[in-house]
Amino acid sequence: MAVAQRVPLLELSGIHKSFGAVQALADVRFDVSPGEVVALVGDNGAGKSTLVKVIAGIHPIDSGTIRWAGNEVRINAPTDATALGIATVYQDLALCDNLDVVANLFLGREATGRWGPLVVMDEVSMERRAIATLRRLAVKIPSVRTPIEALSGGQRQSVAVARSVLWDNKVVLLDEPTAALGVAQTREVLDLVRRLREEGHAVVLISHNLGDVFEVADRITVLRLGRYVGTFDREKVGNEELVGYMTGAIGPTARSDDQSVAADVTK
Amino acid sequence: MTTLERDPRLGVDEPGLGGVFAGYRRRIASGDLGQMPVVLGIIAIWAIFAVASGGNFLKPVNLVNLALQMAAIGTIAVGVVFVLLLGEIDLTVGIVSGLAASVMAVVNTKAGLPGPLAVAIGLGVGVLIGLIHGFWITRFKIPSFVVTLAGLIGWQGALLFVLGDTGTINMRDDFVVGLAGTFFQGVAAWIIAALFVLYVALTGIVGRRRRLSGGLPAEAAMVVWIRVVVVAALSAATVLVLGGDRGLPLSLVFLLGLVLIMDYVVSRTRFGRMIYAVGGNAEAALRSGIPVDRVRVVVFVLASLFAAWGGMLAASRLLAVNQSSGSGVELLNAIAAAVIGGASLFGGRGTIWAAVIGILVIQSISNGMDLLSFPSPVKLMVTGAVLLAAVTIDALARRGRASTGR
Repeated sequence: MAVAQRVPLLELSGIHKSFGAVQALADVRFDVSPGEVVALVGDNGAGKSTLVKVIAGIHPIDSGTIRWAGNEVRINAPTDATALGIATVYQDLALCDNLDVVANLFLGREATGRWGPLVVMDEVSMERRAIATLRRLAVKIPSVRTPIEALSGGQRQSVAVARSVLWDNKVVLLDEPTAALGVAQTREVLDLVRRLREEGHAVVLISHNLGDVFEVADRITVLRLGRYVGTFDREKVGNEELVGYMTGAIGPTARSDDQSVAADVTK
Repeated sequence: MTTLERDPRLGVDEPGLGGVFAGYRRRIASGDLGQMPVVLGIIAIWAIFAVASGGNFLKPVNLVNLALQMAAIGTIAVGVVFVLLLGEIDLTVGIVSGLAASVMAVVNTKAGLPGPLAVAIGLGVGVLIGLIHGFWITRFKIPSFVVTLAGLIGWQGALLFVLGDTGTINMRDDFVVGLAGTFFQGVAAWIIAALFVLYVALTGIVGRRRRLSGGLPAEAAMVVWIRVVVVAALSAATVLVLGGDRGLPLSLVFLLGLVLIMDYVVSRTRFGRMIYAVGGNAEAALRSGIPVDRVRVVVFVLASLFAAWGGMLAASRLLAVNQSSGSGVELLNAIAAAVIGGASLFGGRGTIWAAVIGILVIQSISNGMDLLSFPSPVKLMVTGAVLLAAVTIDALARRGRASTGR
């Protein structure tokens, strides 16, 4: 894939974010392009979740630059992120167990039609679109009218991801999508991630599981103690090496202005 | 129009009657009993009382009484279903029914306002009380149980205050008395029954046709027609039997009309979907942009509004309000009806029809035991046991659902 010349879809640089005395992110950068999966890894407390929430608009940044397709933008609220086309799938998925797959996919954005003088939900068009989207993503569920509570963990994750792309979102943030899943279900979700990439979505994958990361990520960004360590091509970095960067055993000692690692290893 | 081919993974029922029965059997085997236990329960209850009362239970005069008894608390139960769908509770529906009826009675008989205006004021009292509940629950994040427990006590005081020294007020206004005292006989009753059947048929046929034209699997035409025939038979039987006495009560028509409209709102509109979403996962609803607090306020307003309306139907039937109006069995029977009908106390599950089905069970038992002159202690214990049995069946079915991985 030709990565070299294009402008990233979403690009963050020099990001600082503090909570009181705690500096959660210090001079962090990150970028992701269409048709690319970038994994965000790091030990606990590395700042992965904070960075995701910055992108999702939950934590506005203190300083730094966010660019969308090259243009500087501000993401101060979740609605800003949504308006740009950034969708986040959190670990808790935020699905309503009692509602069926169609209802969850369209939650809060139901298609409506008129029935005489009344405005009612257009279940037919929603169901058609749900089936088309799930089929496109090859999500396997018994029926789109199955309530979420009757689905497996992997299926639920798939529904949550499908919801994030149903609305033509360009960037999809996946927060630990395989954390609670078994082997087969993990495979389902990783296949789904690959399909998102094939469809041209920019996918950000946050994961503890380096096996998953090496399986689907094109590039891997490492954070450590709220600082940027480097971004690595999957082919050019080994498991041991990555763990070394994550734990601080090798690599830069989290000097925020040290860009050598990234520059050396990425391209 | 593109047609989606049938996907074997999407385990929908096979077309035709065989597929419907297979699907039904599959759902029952996996613990999704639907309304089956409660329907069987109603049949059993009716059979037992019919035999035990020597046929008196099924006599037109008694079934008209049963219909009248159902209308008031059934109306209150509709509001309770709304609140339960949210996963909340409203302990004031009984006392609000009494308070609204008292206000209506006072402005009608003491202030001399015309009946329709008095009833409108009573409904306004319901709306106002619901707004207060909803505001308190959402603004201060206090559990609805606590807010409405305070309301239960406070509105009781308001009721006594409104009635003042009089104690009992007898209703003489033609309009108010007519709410529960009007019956449809002959052609009028048949037209109402026909409209009801027509509605069931139209929604079934139109819904099926729309799904088919959208290339989606739909239920077999035969199933729609069987449902229409069953509904038509039940409607005709109702009109015939009730016609043997005073006729089809207006208040029962009110209840069924309310249920049809609210069922439509809950199952077809975005507002209804929001209620289920908030009841299922309020956090998810919030993140989806649903105005969770506003939905809660509206639902508490509906609960108090329907309680007020039910209270006035009761006042109309009993031709009076007094200091104990609404503080008797109304609250507990309305909640029991909603739960027996299948509305979950944990939110997000159940339909508006739960109110009608549940009140039919509760009121049939109460009515039957009255016919057999059971003493009060026995009646209360039996009603309690039925409620317990209903929720136990539901709990066991839910466990079955979990163990089959659905």
